[in-house]
Formats: sequence, structure tokens, C-alpha cells
Amino acid sequence: MSKIEFPLVTRNLGAIDPESLEAYAAVGGYASLKRALTEMTSEAVLEAVDKSGLRGRGGGGFPTGRKWRFCREAPGEQKFIICNGSEGDPGAFLDRAVMEGDPHAIVEGMALGAYAIGAGQGFIYVGHEYPLAATRLRQAITAAREQGFLGEKILGTPFSFDIQVRRGAGAYVCGEETALINFIQGNIGEPRNRPPYPPQKGLWGQPTIINNVETWANVPVIINKGAEWFAAIGTKDSKGTKVFSVAGRVKKPGIVEVPMGTPLRQVIFDLGGGIKKDREFKAVITSGPGGGVLPKQFLDIPVEFESFQAAGGNLGSGSMVVMDDGCCMVDVARYFLEFSHEESCGKCTPCREGTKQLLKILTEITKGNGTEEDLGLMEELCATMAAASLCGLGQSAVNPVLSTLKYFREEYEAHVREKKCPALVCRPLLKYTVDPETCTGCLACLRECQVGAITGDVEEPQEIDQELCVKCGMCHAVCKFDAVKVES
Amino acid sequence: MTDPERLETIMSRYEGVAADLIPVLQDIQDDCNYLPKDALKIVAGRLNVPLTQVYSVATFYKGFSLEPRGVHHVQVCRGTTCHLHGGTRLQEGVIRRLGIEPGQTTPDGQFSLEQVKCVGKCGAAPVLAVGEDYFGEVGVDGVTKILRTYRKPK
Ligand SMILES: Cc1cc2nc3c(=O)[nH]c(=O)nc-3n(C[C@H](O)[C@H](O)[C@H](O)COP(=O)(O)O)c2cc1C
Ligand code: FES
Repeated sequence: MSKIEFPLVTRNLGAIDPESLEAYAAVGGYASLKRALTEMTSEAVLEAVDKSGLRGRGGGGFPTGRKWRFCREAPGEQKFIICNGSEGDPGAFLDRAVMEGDPHAIVEGMALGAYAIGAGQGFIYVGHEYPLAATRLRQAITAAREQGFLGEKILGTPFSFDIQVRRGAGAYVCGEETALINFIQGNIGEPRNRPPYPPQKGLWGQPTIINNVETWANVPVIINKGAEWFAAIGTKDSKGTKVFSVAGRVKKPGIVEVPMGTPLRQVIFDLGGGIKKDREFKAVITSGPGGGVLPKQFLDIPVEFESFQAAGGNLGSGSMVVMDDGCCMVDVARYFLEFSHEESCGKCTPCREGTKQLLKILTEITKGNGTEEDLGLMEELCATMAAASLCGLGQSAVNPVLSTLKYFREEYEAHVREKKCPALVCRPLLKYTVDPETCTGCLACLRECQVGAITGDVEEPQEIDQELCVKCGMCHAVCKFDAVKVES
Repeated sequence: MTDPERLETIMSRYEGVAADLIPVLQDIQDDCNYLPKDALKIVAGRLNVPLTQVYSVATFYKGFSLEPRGVHHVQVCRGTTCHLHGGTRLQEGVIRRLGIEPGQTTPDGQFSLEQVKCVGKCGAAPVLAVGEDYFGEVGVDGVTKILRTYRKPK
């Protein structure tokens, strides 16, 4: 392991058998829960989490201790806690790794949280795409119940608490906390207006706390090592570590965990191994459809909530998708808008119609039908959506558009003015030709061409009919001799 | 049509309250590969939930299908990294070879197609899954070979 890495949340991944409670206990697992229940008051547990400076890892970065206190103090017949394992960002896989690789850490964290706020029932919401994570968590819960870490009168104390796993049914918006509550209640995953916030009125109208997988997995560490120890890691306002899933055009994609404050460059170049084929770094998109792109002038910012926000990025879900000079920023913005448009639940107009219009404009730009006015129009639309959308989906769907417009405006201008895609990605703006010198006439391209645009005899150079060509790039993809050339 | 006994087995796992609706539908989807209409009616009655509510839930979530899915469920990853590594082209290649769009099933009932977000194997982008088997770095020309291994010999 590299010196930069600092595994707290990921400490057990790959190191212990995730299906064995004994293995988790052998590395100190459930010691925090035992200690809390026997030596600490519930207030002391809350105090420790509060003092540690832990902030939510699911997007907003809200102070966890403060959220818990609201819930603890809110009146209610019963209280609930939820673990958000939706991980809907299409570039993130860190929560999945923790759920699959160390499920007991989540169970223990939730039991500690339940003790702190006085909850009797917890739910773990697991994304639809993660069946193995759901299975592992269910196994962990059963084992914990058998060993007396969950259920009635835990470890012989008056504290009772249990957890149910709920598998997602395929809706990104269910990662949003009020939509998630609707899901667990058996309804469609539509968000609702806040306030009231879940710590006041959550599941079945009762006080509820919702925290992200990584947030929960930090809790046993804080109780075990102490708030001061934890608060000594990281920066002034971002304590502890952050887990990232690093992917895209990097040599070593994977999961890394570093102290808050580590320079972004180290995460991408030292841990991520740098850019594939040593091409040029262009930007990193953080937090997917709700995040922004950070171009190379931000490579030296520290990873923490504040500096990311100031740069127009978002630490958010912890995904980093790295892009090189072969990635088109207009196409990336279009990709995320397509995602957000498909996933918009349709309840509020700014998000439903806004994502639709943005997607339409971006699609036209990638086809060479955009105008300079479109760029200004998109900025206006984004401002309305950010201000008027009901939930974070619509409010943050604008981030990929605004950040690419801000940092890569010249790339948009090349699309609208010159009708060119400099990164050679946007199909309608490309031109494919066959280099007669290198073409061997193997006919691989001819067989792949859908529209019969390629003609030529076997072992003779092929030719592409520009009138018929739909620029799908299949010929380029299948040519083993690099004889198909592409330009814009 | 749903096998009443199997539906009973599923229902017996739950208390029978409205909040059980989604887990019950998920179990039926897993068991039958889709949500048969008669089963939805029975579930509505047993959980005391209006049938309209059952349908609104069954159609809101992508994990449910009102039509039977194929024997082999093909998933093309449309996650960010796969997108940057030719995911669109891969999807088009699969669509063309199967002759169906995402959400559809081939007439012989062998294959159904779905687009999914990141399957967490970004290091191998672009990724294609058939049932529980994952294939990485799939070129368009590799699709036929993969699908062939699942086709029922005539
Ligand atoms: C559209 C949308 C999607 C979200 N997806 C997730 C998600 O996948 N996982 C997550 O933990 N939080 C997600 N959130 C944030 C949650 O609403 C909530 O703030 C978070 O789970 C709180 O946990 P934390 O305080 O530990 O960060 C999403 C929010 C929005 C608006
Ligand atoms: S984006 Fe396809 S596996 Fe991650």
C-alpha cells in the first residue's frame, strides 16, 4: 500500500472474510458497540460523533452529530435510522465495496447510531444493481442477531434494535432522502418538500436519520479510537478520510482512501496510476450527474468539502472519473443530462422540463446544429432549475453543464461555430476515410457497416461513401490495421 | 398465470402490510422473471393496497417488468467510464445482433436487453453482462461470440 493511503473505512476490505462475524470480531469488530453499551451513555456516544467533526459522505457533507442531535431531541413515538446504500451515481462503486467487503462495520455503526438517538428499528437501502451487497448485509444481520449484537436487549442491556435490508427497485432518485422514505413505505420514489427534514418527520412521520454507507462505517472507528484521534486527521473543516472510486482513463482504476486534505493530483496520478497511454489529463468529473468537472488547474487542490465546492466540483458521492484529451466535454455534459432526464421522477416541472430542454440543446450541439445563443440559453435554464427544482436531482443536474461551459467554453464554441468536435467524439461532426496505403482489404469494416457505405474487393483498399456514412465509427473500431482515419 | 402455491410461499414471508408491497413485487419478479397481471391483483387484495397503487409502483421502478424477460438477461453497462470507452457503440452492436431495443425480449424468449448504470467493473470498460456472467473490454466484434455461447442449439 502506498504511504498516501489511510484505510479507516476500507481497513477490512479484502483482509477479512465478509461472511464471518468471527473474522470481524477478531480485528476488533463489535468492541465499540460493547464499550458503548456497557461504559458510555447514549449522550456520550452522540457527543463523540459530534466532536469528531464527521460530516456526511453521501453528498451534502452535513455534520453527522448535528443531524443526530436534531433527531434525538425531536418528539416522536418511535425513531428510525436508515443507511443509504443507493449509490446511484453511475461512476461510483465505493459504497458497494464497503457493503460487500465489510458489512458488519455498517451494522455496528447503525447499532451505535440507534443507541445514540434512541431508535428501535433500522433499514438498509441497497441499490438495485447490488444483489451481492444485499445478501452479505442480510447474512451479517442474521449473524449479529445470533450473537446478541442486534435484537431484543442487546448484550443483556435494556437497548433493543434491529435492522431490515431493502433492495432497491431501480430508481436513482431513491437515493434522495425523502424519496427513499417513500420507497421504504411502499410508494413510488418521489421526493417531497423539505422542511420538515427527516430528523423531525421521516419514516411514517417519525424522527429518522439517514446516513450514507461510508458515514456509518466511520462510526465504530470514532467510538473505538476516540473523537480527538479522529478529528486530528484531515483539515480544519473536513475531518477523517475520504474514500474514492477512481475510474475512467486512468491506468489503475479502483478504490482508494486518503486523509482529507490530500492533493487531488496524488489521488489521480499516484494512486490512480496516471493517465492511460500517458495521454494528457483533461479533467476529472466528481460525483457524476450531480457533480462538476475539475480541469487541470485544480489538480493541486486538497480533497475536502470546501475546496471542491469552491472549484465548482463536489466531493459528493466519492466518484472520480478521469478524462483525457480524447474525451469531449460537450458529449460528457450530454451524457449526464440524458441520465438525469431519464431518472427525473417527473414530479416537479423545472426538473422534468429543464432536463428535457437541456438534453435537447446539448444533443443539437453535438450534431452541429447548435448556435452561440444556445450557450446563454442553457445558462439561464440552469439558473432556473437550480433555484426552482424540488429536490437535489434537478438542482444539481445543472452542474455538469455549468462547469463544462465555464471551463471548456472553447470546446462548445468549436461545436457551434466551426461545427467541429476537437476530441473526435461527436459523431455527426466526424468524417471517416480509409487510408488506401494501410488498408489490407480484410473486409472487417465492410462486414460491420450497417448502411452499406463501404465498398471494395477483397485484398483491395476499401472506400467509404460519405453520403451513406452514418459515422457510427464501427469500421474504425474493428479495423486491426489502423487504416480507418477519423477527422473533424 | 402465476402458480398459486409459489405466490403463497412468497406472501408467507411477509406480515401483509402496505409497506411490504415493493419487497413482495421483487420476490415475484425474481421468481417469475416478470410481474404477472393476476399476481398483481392478488397482491393488491392481500396487502389492502389499491390496484392503481400497485401498478404505479410496478411501472415507476425499472427493476420491474410487466412482460416476461428472456431466459438470458443481457445488460449493457451505460456507466460513465463505459461511456468514455465506447459503451454507446457496444450497446448499438448488441441491439443490432439481438434485434431488440433495451426493455424488450426476443420473440423466441431467449434474450432480453437492459441498460444498466456502472456495474463496478470500470477497469474493464466497456462491460457487458449475460445473466450473472460479466465480460469486459468487449469490442463490437466480440459481441457475436459471447451471445453465441448462450443461444440454444437448434
Ligand atoms: C438525486 C439524489 C441522489 C442521491 N443519491 C444518494 C446516494 O446514492 N447515496 C447517498 O448516500 N446519498 C445520496 N443522496 C443524498 C441523500 O439525500 C442524503 O443527503 C444522504 O444520504 C445523507 O447521508 P449523509 O449525511 O451521511 O451524507 C442523494 C441526493 C439526491 C438529491
Ligand atoms: S462504468 Fe461500466 S462498469 Fe463502471
